[in-house]
Amino acid sequence: MIRRMVLLPVVAVLAILAGLAFGASEPGPAGLIAAAGDPGSIPGQILLQLRLPRVLLAFAVGSGLGVTGAVLQALVRNPLADPYLLGLSGGAGLGAVIAIAAAVTSPWGVPVAAFLGAIGAVLLVYRVSLVGGRRLDPRVLLLGGVVVGAFAGALMSAIISLSPAPQLRSAWLWLMGGFGGASWQALAVFGAYSAVPAVLLFVSARHLDLLVLGEETAQYLGTDIERVKRMVYFAASLLTAAAVAVSGVIGFVGLVVPHAVRRMIGPLHARLLPAVALASGTFLVLADLVARTVVRPLELPVGVVTAVVGVPLFVVLLRRTQR
Amino acid sequence: MILEAREVTVRYPGAPYPALDAVSLRVEAGQLLALVGPNGSGKTTLLRALLGTLPVDGGTALVDGRPVGSWARQELSRLVGVVTQREEPWAPLRVEETVLLGRYPHLGALSPVTSADWAVVRAALERCDVWHLRGRTLDALSGGEWQRVRIARALAQEPRVLVLDEPAAALDLRHEMEVMELVRELVRSGLACLLVTHHLNLAARYAHRMVLLACGQVVAGGTPADILRPDVVSRVFGWPVTVLEGPDRVPQLFPLRPGP
Repeated sequence: MIRRMVLLPVVAVLAILAGLAFGASEPGPAGLIAAAGDPGSIPGQILLQLRLPRVLLAFAVGSGLGVTGAVLQALVRNPLADPYLLGLSGGAGLGAVIAIAAAVTSPWGVPVAAFLGAIGAVLLVYRVSLVGGRRLDPRVLLLGGVVVGAFAGALMSAIISLSPAPQLRSAWLWLMGGFGGASWQALAVFGAYSAVPAVLLFVSARHLDLLVLGEETAQYLGTDIERVKRMVYFAASLLTAAAVAVSGVIGFVGLVVPHAVRRMIGPLHARLLPAVALASGTFLVLADLVARTVVRPLELPVGVVTAVVGVPLFVVLLRRTQR
Repeated sequence: MILEAREVTVRYPGAPYPALDAVSLRVEAGQLLALVGPNGSGKTTLLRALLGTLPVDGGTALVDGRPVGSWARQELSRLVGVVTQREEPWAPLRVEETVLLGRYPHLGALSPVTSADWAVVRAALERCDVWHLRGRTLDALSGGEWQRVRIARALAQEPRVLVLDEPAAALDLRHEMEVMELVRELVRSGLACLLVTHHLNLAARYAHRMVLLACGQVVAGGTPADILRPDVVSRVFGWPVTVLEGPDRVPQLFPLRPGP
């Protein structure tokens, strides 16, 4: 177990280096060092203004989605939970599609609309799930997420089907997720919105452990259950909404990676969350690398890659679990 | 007085009668109090009301003299260890990790687990005869093993009160007796214990005092001899019984069969 924990950061650094070294142009190790040493040159510009923020953003978004998946699975006590289960992706998609259909020209128009859509969906699901006005029931939360997501999805489909072709294509590409729009600015925005929720989730690690045992037992072991559930839910939602705003809807990272890591190092969150953050970041950096290299000079949506890799991985895990 | 219910009333929404109707009860240090009664008589409801996980509609629940609602949950968990009737973990914890969770009441959000914590965990595992299972995951345990692990976790809390809801339900003869002997020993060393059970004979052998609950009301309270009377038990449980004396001079029930 200790060895696996040491391995993860090493693999993460290697993945980041690979992400920097490969792409539309391939400087090689020596070129990489030269480019880093000469920021004014064109390779230097590519490295520092395009590739580095892109790789770091992919890592950060991956970490965020992975951690969110892990804590939501603990919150609803179900290994099938993922960051988008709570209606977030539907709300974000609806927001983005409205902005795209309205042909908003500002570069931040779509991300802001997606963020607002996600937050709107979260609040709606939360309101639906409050039993008797104050108790948050995770089972109702799941159902609420599914129905709010489906409703938003229907509206989104309606708008897309009535849109002209170019808008339709960009909306569809946005929904599949990608880091084509990555920049230092996007990274800074994501960092600003995700820092507080991430810290809150890491500090809640022990409460999340106790939630494994069920809500009643968690209370007898010291968890103020309603406060913890509310905090985890909103922190996870904010983190996901920030991720969606800067990179679209990237599926499967938050479902598969926490599941796999939990099998490797166990369900205690003080170890699980950092490991999931590293593993999910690595996974998404590599997925983005594949997305922008396999069909060069074109680019696949990264959500396609995570699903194509994630689904078989998940099937293998499921079959092992049943044994 | 470590746990006390004063005239506690609880109503579930939509139910015609209150689940608890002005129930009073006191659990003292160094004493084992058995709360007994038929299925659905309100035993678990009273337990939850006492421990502040169910709001009361009337009366007061006090822990160490303070209303239970005024305690922070973590503060309370350093004082009261609870083994609930049912508990289904959804992820595969290992046995020693599960018992380590009993140390969380004593740990801050970020403070590390110390070797002293592990020593408490080990002692608890050994006392409940599950030390040899420490590396197993919970899904590989039998019902009785799982129950002993949960009792070990409650001991790892180093509480002043132990609240056990049907602790012997899944245990075989030997482990039932071992768990009850352990509880009695802990009580002798000053712990208070509230034992919730419908197992009257077991309660009579180990409890100092018993409280009999039926339909949310206290029917009788006192020593085991006060409670295990054929008329009272037959009426409350709706089945004819006779009372014999066990080898340790404790009254024991014997349900009768119909017919001549």
